[in-house]
Amino acid sequence: MILEEKVKQAAEALDAHAVEMVKWHFSPETGCKFWLEWADKQDWNPLEEIKSFSDISNKFPNFQDEWLRDLPNDVWAPKAYAGRPFNIFETGGTTGMPKQRIGWDDYKIDYTAFSKTLSDEHFPKDHYWMMVGPTGPRRLRLAIEHLANERGCSCYFVDLDPRWVKRLIASKQFDQARAYMDHAIDQALTILKHRSVSALFTTPKLLEAMAERKDLVKAGIKGVFCGGTTMDKQYTRFLCEEVCEGGKIGFVPTYGNTLMGLARHRPFGPENDYSITYHAPQPRAVLRVVNADTNTPVAYNDWGRVELTTLTKEFFMPRFLERDEAIRREPWEEAPWDGVAEVRPFGAMQKTIVEGVY
Amino acid sequence: MSTPHIPCLRLGKPYVSLSQSSVNDYRDGSEKATLSQVNAGVIRRDILRLNDAKAALNKISTNQLIEISAKAGEFFLKADLPVGIDGTTHSPEEYISTLSSTSGLPHVMVRRNMDKIHYALSNLKLILNGLTRGLDLSVLDNGFGEQAGSPVCFFPTTDALGLVMPSNSPAVNSLWLPSIALKVPIMMKPGRDEPWTPYRLIQAFIAAGCPEEAFGFYPTDHEGAGDILRLCGRALIFGDKSTTDIYAGDPGVQVHGPGFSKILIGEDEIDNWPDYVDLMASSIADNGGRSCVNASAVVVPRFGREIADALGKKLGAIFPTSSDDPDAVLSGFANPKMGEWIDSAIEADLQRDGAEDYTAKYREGKRLVQNENGTFLKPSVVYCESFDHPLSNREFLCPYASVVEAPQKDMLRLIGPTLVLTAISNDSSFRKDLLAAPNVERLNLGPISTMKISWDQPHEGNMFEFLYKRRSIGMAA
Repeated sequence: MILEEKVKQAAEALDAHAVEMVKWHFSPETGCKFWLEWADKQDWNPLEEIKSFSDISNKFPNFQDEWLRDLPNDVWAPKAYAGRPFNIFETGGTTGMPKQRIGWDDYKIDYTAFSKTLSDEHFPKDHYWMMVGPTGPRRLRLAIEHLANERGCSCYFVDLDPRWVKRLIASKQFDQARAYMDHAIDQALTILKHRSVSALFTTPKLLEAMAERKDLVKAGIKGVFCGGTTMDKQYTRFLCEEVCEGGKIGFVPTYGNTLMGLARHRPFGPENDYSITYHAPQPRAVLRVVNADTNTPVAYNDWGRVELTTLTKEFFMPRFLERDEAIRREPWEEAPWDGVAEVRPFGAMQKTIVEGVY
Repeated sequence: MSTPHIPCLRLGKPYVSLSQSSVNDYRDGSEKATLSQVNAGVIRRDILRLNDAKAALNKISTNQLIEISAKAGEFFLKADLPVGIDGTTHSPEEYISTLSSTSGLPHVMVRRNMDKIHYALSNLKLILNGLTRGLDLSVLDNGFGEQAGSPVCFFPTTDALGLVMPSNSPAVNSLWLPSIALKVPIMMKPGRDEPWTPYRLIQAFIAAGCPEEAFGFYPTDHEGAGDILRLCGRALIFGDKSTTDIYAGDPGVQVHGPGFSKILIGEDEIDNWPDYVDLMASSIADNGGRSCVNASAVVVPRFGREIADALGKKLGAIFPTSSDDPDAVLSGFANPKMGEWIDSAIEADLQRDGAEDYTAKYREGKRLVQNENGTFLKPSVVYCESFDHPLSNREFLCPYASVVEAPQKDMLRLIGPTLVLTAISNDSSFRKDLLAAPNVERLNLGPISTMKISWDQPHEGNMFEFLYKRRSIGMAA
């Protein structure tokens, strides 16, 4: 099938899914308290007026993430899940009350789907994984373990609290930040020394730090699954060519968060100057690159703000403006919808952003 | 000619980054070169490979490296040398005009800086003799030997000398030059607007036969600069006080910041002050008034206003000219905001009681000049009633000095840390006090310009003592 046809089919599937999810979340039999009460206050009815995904983009305002901090968790629980305890996952935050998303099975669905994109060569089945990075109250911790399990693997964990690192850096305690990172790396290297591990999930900085102290190829690492901070083209090239030794270790960058799930990348390398493009797990999540002032997608290959819409039975989140900007890329054969490329913190070219050492 | 691309040099090997910056003409913004910017991880990985770089230098004797340095000096001054990856070269004249166009330094000053660097490279034997206090340099090849009849053993304190360079003064590159003959590779972050001089020097060294592995040249970000300073074991940093204060207590980092250099006239010579006006003026304004060895204060027991007026008359008439004017005295600001900030800072402090700008009445127009040749600051000489005034002990990136009155007995206490002090006095008691002053790095006794430095007597840190340490040694017969 030609790409154009695939794009059309994906768009139709998205429209149908969008209508189904709005029906689910705005029907008293299945929906959650927050959206039902919200709809009561509007002069339009989502059940009647949402007929496609573009209707969501045009009719809903930007989702306010403060709602996830200020409101009790159970306002987000769809009635259909009544009686099932939920997981509470946190996002961001350095001080004060964090933002929280509740969930049941979404992370398993998302990561089971993602597993199909991993190669057995670099992420062999029936072996061991290690995650080095933010665990704690994050969805990622359970998600990575599920992903490992999905591939017949068990997973070791080394925690690193990014909130603490951000506080150290904000207060210019760089030595302490470095010492904390070294502490995490020490633990990871101890695991690598005493246990057989073939796949790593970590952040780029932690991966670099591990590779500076240990030959990861000789240590048996075959694949690295990496996300969490900006990877510009030069940094990606460096990670591929030098840290992952030119392909000896499979390098799988990802873009994701507690609110979205996990976006996969399309092939990259010297042929495209290591520019990474991510595609959301559509139709469960949709990424647009927009001009936030006009709510219109920017032209292909232009920079704009990343906007996320999450459309699952557990969570409906329309038009959340991420704190990132990216280049809008054209659809891809394996994910025939728009991609987001070279993601970086919003305003990164205008100001210094503290992303931390983690 | 197409715009050259200056690569990173990873222990001598050119590396073209996917992240590149522009080096632009400060007047019209035209692009003079693109520059490979590398992430800090590249530097950290290369630091792990420094043994190879050091081994390459260790294969060559110190005396041979001194000869190579002298040859490099000739190439630096006279040869066409590579400036990018595509075979582009710069003749000396092209180097001068390009550096001038991105730094604001007039051609005549770039030439003077070139001459200083050439002198340092050509006279490395003399310089090392001064730094090592006459050590037989074969001791560095063998690791041990004799000096003045005693056994000596020296070992290097580091595998590389880290350098975080400034953009405003090419001659500061002369500070790291002895490192090569001392067999210590360099790991450098060049100044954002001044990759030209270090890159040209490195190419001159390589053309002269120095192993390319000895040179790490890494245009990079703050993290990369921090890693160079943190991981090299020994490093030099140049910057303003806020930058250098961070590393002030770190014995592995030699800090080169503001000098607060001064001229001081004693009671016995103050009546002869008119004889020293030319000396004071040149100490304040030579090299565009940008060096740490430029005088930023003149301290006298009396005649302060008269001296300020004489200096104001002499310096106040100076005006900016085109960069190729052979008589140019002022440097343009590559970053116009810097010039604007300095001007506003001086003006703001002049609003406080106890200070008067004696250049103002001799100056045509305002201190800040912005025209087709760039942004400039005309000289400023400010009389201050005491050291309590905020303008009394300041250093700016332009010809600026205060004239402050203070009793001779209090002068050494009031002047604070001083890189170069020219003291004009024949009072033997006062001279003794001056020789004992712990807050003075270089002391000129008599009417010597603060700008005059001795290559064999470092005024700021001894590179040999920084890079080598002596240890006691015993050897069985």
